[in-house]
Order: sequence, then C-alpha cells, then structure tokens
Amino acid sequence: LRLFYRYRDLAPQLVPLDYTKEPDVKLPYELIGSMPELKDNPFRQRIAEVFSEDGEGNMSLDDFLDMFSVLSEMAPRDLKAYYAFKIYDFNNDDFLCKSDLEKTLSKLTRGELSEDEVKMVCEKVMDEADMDNDGRLSLEDFQHMIVRAPDFLSTFHIRI
Amino acid sequence: MLHKNSTLSYCLQSTKIHCLLLVFAHTVREFFFYRKEYKLFYQKILLICLFIPFLNESMSFLGDEQFEGGNKEKRHREKRRDGSKDRRKRANAKRRERSRADRENEEFEERLGKREKGRRGRVKNDQEAKKRDEQDSEDKENSEDKEVKPESLSPDELEKLKEAVDEKKKLIQSLRGKPWPMKKKLVTLQETLRIQSHDDQDFENFKTACIPWEMKIKEIESHFGSSVASYFIFLRWMYGINMILFGLTFGLVMVPEALMGRPYGSIPRKTVPRAEEASAMDFAVLWDFGGYAQYSVLFYGFYSNQRAIGWLKFRMPLSYFLVGVGTVAYSYMVVIRTMARNANESGVGDDNSFNFSWKMFTSWDYLIGNPETADNKFASITTCFKEAILEEQESRKDDNIHLTRFLRVLANFLVLCCLAGSGYLIYFVVRRSQKFALDGFENHTWWERNEVNMVMSLLGMFCPMLFDVISTLENYHPRVALQWQLGRIFALFLGNLYTFIIALMDEINVKREEENIVKFNITMWEASLYNGTVSENFTASPITIHPADVPRGPCWETMVGQEFVRLIISDTMTTYITLLIGDFLRAVLVRFLNHCWCWDLEAGFPSYSEFDVSGNVLGLIFNQGMIWMGAFYAPCLPALNVLRLHVSMYLQCWAVMCCNVPQERVFKASGSNNFYMAMLLVILFLSTLPNIYTIVTIPPSFDCGPFSGKNRMFDVIHETLESDFPAWFSKVFSYASNPGLVLPFILLMVLAIYYLQSTSKSYKEANVELKKKLQMVIQIMKIILLLPTTVNNWRNNNASFQGQEGEILLPKSRQLENESYSCLIIQTYCLRRKERVTFFSKKTYDNEVKKKSFPVVFSF
Repeated sequence: LRLFYRYRDLAPQLVPLDYTKEPDVKLPYELIGSMPELKDNPFRQRIAEVFSEDGEGNMSLDDFLDMFSVLSEMAPRDLKAYYAFKIYDFNNDDFLCKSDLEKTLSKLTRGELSEDEVKMVCEKVMDEADMDNDGRLSLEDFQHMIVRAPDFLSTFHIRI
Repeated sequence: MLHKNSTLSYCLQSTKIHCLLLVFAHTVREFFFYRKEYKLFYQKILLICLFIPFLNESMSFLGDEQFEGGNKEKRHREKRRDGSKDRRKRANAKRRERSRADRENEEFEERLGKREKGRRGRVKNDQEAKKRDEQDSEDKENSEDKEVKPESLSPDELEKLKEAVDEKKKLIQSLRGKPWPMKKKLVTLQETLRIQSHDDQDFENFKTACIPWEMKIKEIESHFGSSVASYFIFLRWMYGINMILFGLTFGLVMVPEALMGRPYGSIPRKTVPRAEEASAMDFAVLWDFGGYAQYSVLFYGFYSNQRAIGWLKFRMPLSYFLVGVGTVAYSYMVVIRTMARNANESGVGDDNSFNFSWKMFTSWDYLIGNPETADNKFASITTCFKEAILEEQESRKDDNIHLTRFLRVLANFLVLCCLAGSGYLIYFVVRRSQKFALDGFENHTWWERNEVNMVMSLLGMFCPMLFDVISTLENYHPRVALQWQLGRIFALFLGNLYTFIIALMDEINVKREEENIVKFNITMWEASLYNGTVSENFTASPITIHPADVPRGPCWETMVGQEFVRLIISDTMTTYITLLIGDFLRAVLVRFLNHCWCWDLEAGFPSYSEFDVSGNVLGLIFNQGMIWMGAFYAPCLPALNVLRLHVSMYLQCWAVMCCNVPQERVFKASGSNNFYMAMLLVILFLSTLPNIYTIVTIPPSFDCGPFSGKNRMFDVIHETLESDFPAWFSKVFSYASNPGLVLPFILLMVLAIYYLQSTSKSYKEANVELKKKLQMVIQIMKIILLLPTTVNNWRNNNASFQGQEGEILLPKSRQLENESYSCLIIQTYCLRRKERVTFFSKKTYDNEVKKKSFPVVFSF
C-alpha cells in the first residue's frame, strides 16, 4: 500500500487512486529516476530499463512493485542475483562481456580510473569469474560468483 | 486563496492539536490516579478516534524537514525519516502545483509546525506510530508506542483493514502473473519483519553514530585510502587511552588534593615565595608554568605529605604513588591487549577468490540516498579499486632477486651510516653544551647556547628526507616501505630522547646539590629566628612566619614536571604551525599563484602536499612517550594531552580534507596497526625506565611533594603496609618478598611463557594445514558441481569440435596437494555420469593440447 502511494506521488495527475479498473498507466523514466532512493544510484537507468516492460524505462505500477520487491530485504538471493545480472548486462545479450564490465566500472568510479587500470580490472574479473572460459560471463558464472559474496544481500537492497 | 486556505487549515490543525493535548493530559492523569481497566480502555479508544481523522492532513505540513546526520537520536530519526518520506512525497506533489510565493509561506508554516512538533514531541511519536500501524495494518506491538497499545484496538477493525489490503495486494500480484506462490506470504510478512529489522538496524546505526568522529574518518578513508585513515583511527584510540589516564590522575590525585588538602597559602610549599610574588601573575611567567601555575595542583610540588587528608582519611601520598604506577600498568595492559587482538584478527583467513568481481558488483550500496554520501562512496570505490590494483601489480612484480637484494643491503648500509653519524653528532654536541654550562651560559654566543636544540631540529628536518630518497633504492611494497621509514626515523628520534634525558639528569643533580646547601641554610635561618626569643624552650609555639617568607629548597620534581610540560606545549605549537604553514599556506599559494606563474605549480614543483603518515604517527607516539614519562611529576599532563589530541583531531581532519591530495599509490594499511602498537610498546618501555630509575635511586626533595621526608619514594608503600593493614598482612608480605621466593616465581613465569608460545606456534601451523585442506576440498567441489554445466556449455558452443564424444580434458594442477586422491574422486564421479576423464600433465597440456587448440573445459 505504501508503495502504491509512493508510485502515485510521483505523478498524481496521471495515476488514479482507484486501480480496480486496471488502467494502463506508465510513468516515464525521468520521474522514476528522480526518486530520492534512486537519484544517486549510478545504475538507475539500467534498473528502470530492466524492470520496465518496454525496456525503455517507463514503468507501470506492476513494474514499480516488482522492482522494489526484488530490491527489498526479503527477496531471495537467487532472484536478486538474476536481476543483478540483467542490470549489469548493458547490451541485453544475456552475457556479461568485456564491454559490459567496462561500462559498469566506469559508472562505479565515474571515470576516475585510467585506461590501463580499467582494462586490468576487467581482465581480473574475467579471470576470476569465468568458469567456462568463453571470454564472457554467463548467468551461471555470475550466480556462482555472487552467491559467495558476503555483502551482496546487504548492498543490493533498497529500503522504502 | 491557497495561502488563506493553508493558514486556515493550519489554525484548524493547531486547535485540534491543542484539544488532543488536553485530552491526552486528561488521560494520563486519569490513568495515574484511577488505574481502572475499563476507563483506560475507553480513554485509549478516545485517543485513537481523535488521532485517526486528522493524521492525514497533519502529515502534509510537516513535509520537507531535512534531517541531517546529526546528534539526534538515530532511532527516532530513522523512524521519522521513513514515515516522513510518504508525507514528503505528498508535500512535494502538492507543492508542484503551487507558485513559489506560496511555497515560501508553506515553509514558514512548516517552521512553525516544527516548533509545534518540538512541543508535541511524544504525542507526535505516537501519532506516527499509529499512522504506520494503520497503514501496515499490523497488530504487532510497536515498541516506540508505549502509551497506547494497538492490540487493544478492536480486532474486527484491524481484520477488516487487513483484508482490504490483502485483496489489493493479491490483485496486484495476479496481474503480474509470476509463479511465486510464496510471494503473497512474503509480502505480508514483509512489513512485520521490516519493523523488527528496522529496530535492529536503527540500533546498529545508533551505535555507529555514538563512536566519536566515525563519519569524519569514513569520509577521509573514502578520499585518501586506508593508510591515512589508519593514522586517524590510531589518533582516536590514543585519545581514548588519554581520557582514561586523565580520569585516573584527575579523579584520584588532583581533585582530592584540591578539595580536601590544605588550601593555597597555608604551608610553605603551597605558596609563591615572597621573592617571586611580584611577577607571579604575569602572563609570560604563567605561560612558562612558573608563578601561580607552579604552586598549584598541576605540579608535584604542591602536594603535602600528610598521610591522610580530609574527613575521608584519603591517603594522598599512597594514592599519588599508586596512580603513577597504575597509569603505566594500564597503558601496558591496553597496548598488549590491542596487539593481541589485532594479531588474532589478521589471522582470520579471507576468501580472496573473487576479490575483483565482488568489488565490481557488490560495492555500490543501493541504500544511499544522499548526494554527499554518494560522492564519498564513489571516492571510496575508486580508492578501493586503486588499492586492489596496486596489490595486484606488486604481486605480479618479479624482478631480479639479486639486484634487489644488493640494492637493499646498500640502502640499509647508507642508512646505518647516517644514523651513526647523527648519533655521534648529538653526543658531541651534548658534551659541548655540558662544558658550556659549566662555564656559565653568558660567555657564549646565541648559537652555542642553543646548539643542542638547533642541531636536533635540523637533523629532524633533513634526515627523514634523506631516508625517503634512500628508500627509493629498495623498491619495496609501499606499506613495507612505510614501516622501514618509520623504523628509521624512530631510531633517529631516540637520539633526541637521549639528549633530553641527559639534560634533565644534569639539572636534577644540580638541584640536589643546591638542596643540600639550602638545607644547611635553613637550619642557620631557624636558629637565627629563635635567637631573639627564649632559646631553651623549643617546644614553645613557633613564631608565626608567613609561609611566603620561609626559605624554600629547590624542588627538582616540579622542575622536571615543568620541563615536560614545556616540551609538550612547544611540540604542539611546532606541529600546528608547521601544519598551517607547510600545508595550508602552501596550498593557498599554489592555488592562487598558479594563475600568474611560469610553470604549472599544481603539477610541478611545490604542488599540494601529501599527508605525511609516518611523520605524524611518530610525532604522536613520541608525544605519548613524553606524557608517560612526565605524568608522575606533573599530574596535569594527561589533561593537557586530552585537550591537545582533541584539537589535533579536528585541525588535522580539516587540513587533510582541505590542503592535501591523496597519494599516487594508494595502499591498504592492513598490517600497520600492529606496527604502530609495537612502536608504542617500545616507547612505553623506554619511558618507564627513567622513571623507575629516579624512583628507586634518588631521594625525594625534603620540602615539597607528597613524599617529602622519606628516604625513597616507594617507602610510602612500606609505611602503608605497616600501619594501615593488620599485622599478619605485613608479615605475610615480608615473607613473600623474600628473594628465595621471588626468584623461583620469576623462573616459573618464564617457563610458562615459553610453553604458551610453543603451543600457540603449533596451533598456527595446524591452522595453516587445515586451511590448505579446505582449499583442496573447495576446488574438488568446484569441479564436481560445475562439471555438468561446463560440459554442456562447451558442447553447445563447440558443436563442430571433432573430438571424441564424452571426453573431458583436465590439466593436472600443481595446486592440488593430494593429487592422486582428488583425481580419484573426479574420475569416480565422472564414471558414474558416464563421462570419460583424461588427465594430462601440465607439460603435455602446454605442448600438445594447447597447440591443437582444444578448448579447456576446466582449469583451476
């Protein structure tokens, strides 16, 4: 219920209070991206794109709820890992290739690292996580690596 | 018109609030006076009915309060923030429709509302709690809400609300069509568990907020890396220790004497001598700790040697002695305990297998909602990556072992020469100054008079730079290089210490000789006093002489205390001034002169300074050594140090953030903590030595301090044992201090230490073995678990591969310790799954398999 109010607050003129008639309302990405929880997140665009139906970042109430339920405390680890994989997959090819990693890194450090450093880090990540040695990370590789991380659950979590 | 509406609504709400307050007060009164169940219940219902209707409206004008991370109770703040987010959202939405002028009015009302809120306090808390309960429709007990219990609400009401919410949720869920049957239960459970975990989380946050300077240090860590932050953590730890020392000395030594001892001016030692009285209040004298400052509780000389003072019969001399011993003992205990704890922590193995991947994918904290925190987080992520990259680079470095070794030996040799040279120089200069002192200082030039100080300062300035240059020869990991640098500068400063102690000893000897002369003079003076009166009857009441006129012996302990205090003060001033000039002024110059200078100041010569971790750490450690040495003679030293550290913390935090740039090579300071502790321990030991020497060998001054009149300072213990404790106790003690008993005891302790050390070593080895076995098991499990998927992937990706069906190629890894055993496991497993496994040795693999470009199915 709280989530619904939050959704509505983003654009009260668009969202009706009464949802029993199942209206087809989508909020554009700009409104979602301006929420205080997501405002400072470097991956907010990717998050919105992953959870929206049309892939552009325009979210309906269901998408909105889905997003926050996955990012909440109670979501199971595998579900979170699955969605995290999708978020970090910039070109939507179901694999994390080198360019995806580079983009992730540049978003994380806001371009502070030099070219060599970026390359080195991506190589290291590939070495560590790529189990089948095909030069890119599949979902299994990613999940295998992330479920062992001690703080994945606590960082991949938005409280609302 | 909107403006009028809002003011009207505000007035309405304020009246409602006032009514509420009255009702609430009435309820409370009734509760306390009558305590009848039904009445209570009725009143609760009344309250709730009053609360519910205007809750919705009242939240809006509280709207947009910014709760900054401050000293407000975090728990309260967390709850408020979460609850107020909804309101804020609503307020934001409403505001978007209004004009700017209206917005200002709104803010004004908000401020009024804030003041209202302050007054309302507790009532507001209840309201929020109630509102959230309503929204979540939980019949869980809200821990914040002590006054009104939600369970006593009519259960039907709650049920109805809950059902409505559930239906809505179900509707939403079914729209999505995802097959998560547990989800419904999870969502409803979400809120209950969220409230509980809220509380835990809030308490954790509160605890973190309680640690002083935590946010500052986190900020510094994110910008400058963990080595700089480790200095500040060390500083904070020192501050804690000094607080305790301060508590001890202040509470057990200074306060009793000040409150219960004889006041100023009652006995000779407590009064400024007549000769000095004229200048006793001058600022210059006070700054030098003479005059009134000298004859106060701040220094040793003030304390009278009365055995017991005041109505509590507080044993002052005993307490003084024990506090002196206790500070040292406490410091030893704390340092050693911290060392042990750090050693334990570093022994815990960390799983390094996915270091970089974890850094990349899990370092961003999605909970961050504050731009400043986000900035800090970005900086810290960058720093973290840089540190990890550096570690990686260092571990990859494989250079010529022989060249490196030769260079290192050369560097050490150079450093030793340097140290020996400076040591000899110091010795020479001290000897010369002793000679000068004998001749009398007036005969020599300014340089010769201050030679020792100047030489020490110059050495202190140039030698560290020299060591820095030499250390580039050695090519160590930056963390190791820092430790070497610290060690060398430490050795250099020991020379400093040596001169200081020598100088002090000389002065003490001079004072003691003076004392003998004065003692003699006093007897003469007293005789001359009584000459005028009846000479036989010495038991007659002594002639009252003003205490200021009595001739006084020189008090070497006070002099020592004064020297220490002066040293600390000058040290502090020097540090701050170098900080301001060296860092701040430099930064200002570089920033502003850059526009009109030939070459780029920021990139080129002066540029911004880096934070000198080693210099600062050493300064801190030596400072603490001085405190430990001087605390026995000047009880005010720990207090002074607490003040100094407090100011230092703020000043240095500001200076670091404002004038310094992060180092080029940022490294992780994991092992440094124990290193600082080790140096601290050495200094502690060195600083207790002179104290022990003086206590045991030099007799205390005859007319000042708590031990005056005794032969040795520790005689006070003897005295206490004899007179204050029952007779059998002293007998036991005298038996126990028999050398025949003490020596075997010491021997026993040495043997115990040896035994414990050997067992701990064997435990460590066993630990390492177990870790290796664990690693092996993990690797085997990796293979076994991933084998099916990797094989499938491989087959899917390499449909055109012309290899034999079902053959898996696994290179033998040199990491597998018990190779035959693990190969056996893998083979058995694969046979079960009807896969064939062929093991190649690494050589074969390198030469043949790779050439034929077989895809490697699995590698360790």
